[in-house]
Amino acid sequence: MEKILYLRKKAIERRKDIIKMIYNAKSGHTGGSLSCIDIIVTLFYEIMKIDPKNPDWDHRDRFILSKGHSVEAYYSVLADLGFFPKEQLENYCKYGSILTGHPTTKVPGVEVNTGALGHGLAVGVGIALAGKIDKKNYRVFVLMGDGELDEGSVWEAAQIAAHYQLDNLIGIVDRNYLQISGNTEEVSKLESLKEKWQAFGWVVKEVNGHDFEQMIKVFSEIPTKKSPHLVLARTTKGKGISFIEGKINWHHKVPNDEEYKIAIRELDEQLLKVGEQI
Amino acid sequence: MKIAIRRAIGEKIIELAKDDKNIVIVTSDARGSAAISEFFEIFPERSIEVGIAEQSAVGVAAGLALSGKKPFVFGPACFYSARSLEQIKNDVAYTNANVKIVAVSGGVSYGPLGSTHHSLHDIAVMRSISNLHVILPSDAIEAIALLEKLLSDSTPTYMRVGRNPVLVFHDQDEQKKIFEIGKAINLKKGNDLSIIATGEIVWNVMEASKMLENEGIEARVIELHTVKPLDEEEVYKAAKETGLIVTVEEHNIFGGLGGAIAEFVSQNIPVPVKILGIPDEYPVTGKQEEVLKHYGLDSKGIFVTVKNWFRKMRGGF
Repeated sequence: MEKILYLRKKAIERRKDIIKMIYNAKSGHTGGSLSCIDIIVTLFYEIMKIDPKNPDWDHRDRFILSKGHSVEAYYSVLADLGFFPKEQLENYCKYGSILTGHPTTKVPGVEVNTGALGHGLAVGVGIALAGKIDKKNYRVFVLMGDGELDEGSVWEAAQIAAHYQLDNLIGIVDRNYLQISGNTEEVSKLESLKEKWQAFGWVVKEVNGHDFEQMIKVFSEIPTKKSPHLVLARTTKGKGISFIEGKINWHHKVPNDEEYKIAIRELDEQLLKVGEQI
Repeated sequence: MKIAIRRAIGEKIIELAKDDKNIVIVTSDARGSAAISEFFEIFPERSIEVGIAEQSAVGVAAGLALSGKKPFVFGPACFYSARSLEQIKNDVAYTNANVKIVAVSGGVSYGPLGSTHHSLHDIAVMRSISNLHVILPSDAIEAIALLEKLLSDSTPTYMRVGRNPVLVFHDQDEQKKIFEIGKAINLKKGNDLSIIATGEIVWNVMEASKMLENEGIEARVIELHTVKPLDEEEVYKAAKETGLIVTVEEHNIFGGLGGAIAEFVSQNIPVPVKILGIPDEYPVTGKQEEVLKHYGLDSKGIFVTVKNWFRKMRGGF
């Protein structure tokens, strides 16, 4: 229970970072970052083998943010873990900053430059294959958006991963049902997603992408048995801030002064509640 | 002796892979056309087949490179320079993943298969991608020498070769000395004008230069196997010492070698530049040599065009 409260606290703090970064930069992708932050927190604080002091550690688990636009969530976690000084988050998207609006390897901890959708899974396949060739035990986590699954290249990579039986590869879909133009099922029907991944040869686990207990259980239990794994994480876009949750216009809307204050106040209240429980 | 460059590379990479355990090959159902079937038999654990999925071939190669491997992606130039362009730009060049694309059957070497299988845009698109070298060897000796150099060079690279057997004209013993990435080769001395060429069409230019010589025109022939980075020093010297430049390439006349030379020369030492290549159209049906001849890119055609242009520029004599 203590562990869960700790992760919850970390995630609320990261939501504050996300809102601050976007508010400061007047640029960013609010909804998607808030939607996947609990997943990223679970992986980085609990599941993955990493060493922030040695980002290139040979045996580290690899993480690829294939939905690169959720970069604020990613940078915030990397900074909090000490991959780079936290003050740098204030420079997000600012002139000359290493913190570009989509991930780049200039930032310690970032494995590959992403931002164009449908690229991360194939790169993850390559890293997983290298792990197999070299008989290393690291795992590769690739976080994708659900809208991203419209890209055909995702499915090429899915087929290749299953062909090579890459049980060291774990795909995660941030299933929030919203993409920039509307509901994923109205833009270009994705369902039945679970069956699609299964048909491609993946073992699929469904999880609530905001429930740390569930996520820890699923990620820890993923067995190694000659097939890649897909975690279908049901999420709410904009999760954690009342007036942003489930709102399509918050895909890349920037909070104004008033919205910023309310958002921070809401998150502070959440922190207080968690604090009382700890 | 004529050898298809892709075959020479396919053999050489086996030899290199015996010493360098990090070499891996990625391909997209193109083992036969890229002449790497033997590599797949000898090194199955280092042979990655992704199926007909060029985008993923490049993405997977990037992942391998980021994990310390030296991946070579083998497949047709027409597909790799278009279908997987975004992966080359983002996953490879922007990320700075040490991936080498060996793009085979480039230009019009697929001949009658038509424009879906031609790559007449690849030099233009590849050389405008930052952090990507662009190399077009002209024969088997040069190709394997440059392939070896690529192993100790960490810059992502696009190497385009043809499909059909081409004359081996470089001197085997010279190869270690003269083949450097980014370094032009002076194939023939001359001060009346310079002809700069890249890729397998270089030999046509050499033959044309002999015909020009018979007409009393001393053409300097410069082989630019590396289109990017450009050997600016050599091009500058050619402009300064000969005052006229002709470029020849198996590529659309827009944006390729001619574009690269014209950009440099016009900004640094303006002299007239004549660009020979395939005009901006989908080529006629025919074998590679027939297509090249149709557009005046055989040795005779190059000779006639250069002779007439030279006389016009020199005021006619």
